[in-house]
Amino acid sequence: MESRTLVHPGIIADESPSTRDPTPVRWALIGIALAFFAVFLLLPLLTVFAEALRKGWGAYLAALTNPDALAAIQLTLLVAAIAVPLNLVFGVTASWAIARFDFVGKRVLITLIDLPFSVSPVISGLIYVLLFGAQGWFGPWLQEHDVRIIFAVPGIVLATIFVTFPFVARELIPLMEAQGWEEEEAAVVLGASGWQVFWHTTLPGIKWGLLYGVILCNARAMGEFGAVSVVSGHIRGLTNTMPLHVEILYNEYNYAAAFAVASLLALLAIVTLGIKELVERRVHRHSSPGSRENES
Amino acid sequence: MVRREGNSSRLKRFSVLPGFAVTLGYTLAYLSLVVLIPLSAIGAKTLTLGWEAFWSAVSTPRVVASYRLSFGASLLAAGINVVFGLVLAWVLVRYRFPGKGLVDALVDLPFALPTAVAGIALATIYSANGPIGEFLQPLGIEVAYTPKGVLLALVFIGLPFVVRTVQPVLADLERDVEEAAAGLGASRWQTFRRVILPHIAPAILTGFAMAFARAVGEYGSVIFIAGNVPMVSEIAPLMIITKLEQYDYAGATAVASVMLVISFILLLIINALQGWMQRRRGAGG
Amino acid sequence: MSIAIRHLSKRFGAFQALDDVSIDIGSGELVALLGPSGCGKTTLLRIIAGLEYADRGEVLLDGDDASHRHVRERQVGFVFQHYALFRHMSVFDNVAFGLRVRSRKLRPTEAQIRERVVRLLKLVQLDWLADRHPSQLSGGQRQRIALARALAVEPKVLLLDEPFGALDAKVRKELRRWLRQLHDEIHVTSVFVTHDQEEALEVADRVVLINSGRVEQVGTPESVYETPATPFVANFLGSVNLFHGRIEGGQLHVGEHVIGLDSGDREPGGGAVAFVRPHDFDLVPGWPAGSGLPAKIERVVSIGPTAQLELSRGDGEAGEPIEVHLDRQTLGRLGVREGDRVLLRPRRIRLFQTDALAA
Repeated sequence: MESRTLVHPGIIADESPSTRDPTPVRWALIGIALAFFAVFLLLPLLTVFAEALRKGWGAYLAALTNPDALAAIQLTLLVAAIAVPLNLVFGVTASWAIARFDFVGKRVLITLIDLPFSVSPVISGLIYVLLFGAQGWFGPWLQEHDVRIIFAVPGIVLATIFVTFPFVARELIPLMEAQGWEEEEAAVVLGASGWQVFWHTTLPGIKWGLLYGVILCNARAMGEFGAVSVVSGHIRGLTNTMPLHVEILYNEYNYAAAFAVASLLALLAIVTLGIKELVERRVHRHSSPGSRENES
Repeated sequence: MVRREGNSSRLKRFSVLPGFAVTLGYTLAYLSLVVLIPLSAIGAKTLTLGWEAFWSAVSTPRVVASYRLSFGASLLAAGINVVFGLVLAWVLVRYRFPGKGLVDALVDLPFALPTAVAGIALATIYSANGPIGEFLQPLGIEVAYTPKGVLLALVFIGLPFVVRTVQPVLADLERDVEEAAAGLGASRWQTFRRVILPHIAPAILTGFAMAFARAVGEYGSVIFIAGNVPMVSEIAPLMIITKLEQYDYAGATAVASVMLVISFILLLIINALQGWMQRRRGAGG
Repeated sequence: MSIAIRHLSKRFGAFQALDDVSIDIGSGELVALLGPSGCGKTTLLRIIAGLEYADRGEVLLDGDDASHRHVRERQVGFVFQHYALFRHMSVFDNVAFGLRVRSRKLRPTEAQIRERVVRLLKLVQLDWLADRHPSQLSGGQRQRIALARALAVEPKVLLLDEPFGALDAKVRKELRRWLRQLHDEIHVTSVFVTHDQEEALEVADRVVLINSGRVEQVGTPESVYETPATPFVANFLGSVNLFHGRIEGGQLHVGEHVIGLDSGDREPGGGAVAFVRPHDFDLVPGWPAGSGLPAKIERVVSIGPTAQLELSRGDGEAGEPIEVHLDRQTLGRLGVREGDRVLLRPRRIRLFQTDALAA
């Protein structure tokens, strides 16, 4: 990945003849990879935009400015605006505790933080129905006090927090563990307070990783479908997020409108991947060249 | 007499950095509130069901068929991802070709693209008049609204896992090891089989397990293309939703608890695999 | 500021890092903590700094018990082994950091900070690098910046962890000399950790030898080198030849051979180990009878003013070759060559009773 410029297709410069794959093999593998890439990644992405614009820009814009669509966009933004900051604070806090101290049970804690990744989104929604639904543990109490969580915005927010819970912590923990805590110790010896240590030494070192974690967390928060679908109740204009709105339009055979809303989400995915590339290049440049060249 | 840390020093190594108690306390509290307590609701609800009710919920033919499809298609999809993921990782690490940067960047698309968007896109592509479906239709191959469609969607969402676990390990592999093998008379294929493959095997297994775990629970990208025909193309997560829509909380919970147990076992396996991988990489360097 | 260490002990799990360590360091001294890796010297340095706490014992700074004082309040400067420079800050900001994080009451004005940082950068001869980032510096430059950063807060004590450990040999030698000069200039009490005996002996006023968490010997470089207190010290400092034998009638018996001892070397009878440095031998050509060890010259390397001889024991005893250093003139006068037989007569012997070795 060191250079993206093309010299001789299929050959990397540092390859010696003894470790170079035969030319037909090389071309065959590249062909398979590109075909697989085209069918499975490129085509779906292009389809989204092609279908969205099938009926022209007018229909596209109309689909996006439809009141229900606007309400869905608004709700999606609101949910992300609550879930992402909460998980951001959690991610930074957890990473500090885990990557800056040695204590018993650390690995178990990391596994527990990863837990939501291995739970089916549908189950992530189900647990909140079991807790707050009409037949749930707190259901009767909530009904008595006229608080709606399931089939309402709070349920959507809760389910979204659950599924996006690990993202920031997951990016930061390995990054901070790799950096070590010598710089922070040095800052303490020089008299910095806890906040000063964090702001002046930790944060500048993790800002790119943090940004990437937040972006991923946000992409998932805005795009979550399964969990939200269980708790939302699909009430148009009220409890529909963008992905749910896409589903409704699609099931109503309103394909162009469905893909129009979907194209916004696809753009979000592209921006996310773009930022990821940017961050990786930054991190690569900052971490590698000789910052500890003489280490034995 | 200088023991500031008191008896906690056995559980935590001393550090001059501040904030351990606060950050760990907050982490545990938030984790419990958001993840552990809600998740325990499934366990608690399952326990109240009793064995009879639990068994009757998870042993109906329709549910069993959905498990079979979910696990079968997920295994197959993860297997397909191992093959193509390996090819992609190999090509990205070893070769240079036009569009490589784009391929590398877009490999993560299934992570970033909302599942519902992927779902409707795949359903459109493989429907009878979609860009691929229209070619398959005359050949008598139906993908959309069949288990093949489920498989396809699961291949899509599991694609990044194998690539992204194998890629760094492959990049780490020192070229001189291969040169040594070649110098000792091994053919290129022998070198791959006996030198490279053992080195990346833990990564492949990890990627496989992750892709499988993700596929088993997947919902959004599947349901649009699956057609959701009972006994044929219904996946397990859909059974949960179906039961919920019938206000059968107990049944939904029973189906979910089986999936959860399997997910946790997978999580433990993945963790063990990652530990193995780290030790291997550490020992190699 | 003086440092007094009283009965410090520290364990990490089952590992005893420090075992009842007591040391006194005078104000303005430059002291080296020397020992093999894993001997506890870095732990000791970190305890002095307050980066680690001891299980037992205390650290007195200027006579006051500082054991409970936070590292921020100890007024120490610490130079980390890998420098721990702030990667994202310029050299200037790195050095200014300790001043800028002070509370508003104690913080100098930005102009004063600038002046002090520039002065320090001049002191370490790197004022022309102020705007660079650490990744753009060489190892030796980073080391000096780390030192300037530590000095910026005007510490009463300067602590350095393997200050030259990560540098290549040439830069190391330069920096060593430079650190000594710097210390003579600013005279702040300094303690540095090293596993390199040459470094400790060349730079420090006094050397503390540590082994397995215990202090083996404390003294000036000359005294620890010339009169090692324990077999460990004798073995650790410089190259040395070992002879196992027993003391009888004021002489050392090594196998069938006898080495005469000065009255000063004489110790009570019994098993003993003799340590002889390579340059403390006289050679007698041939194998005449009398005091001394017969040996055979296996190799002569004479490059520069000193000739290095490698000899095997004449009595056929297996073991490490004996190393002898002679000046070239002496070698020429003796006229011995590879393959010749010679009698080795130690001029100076350091004797330890064998049971002392076991302890």
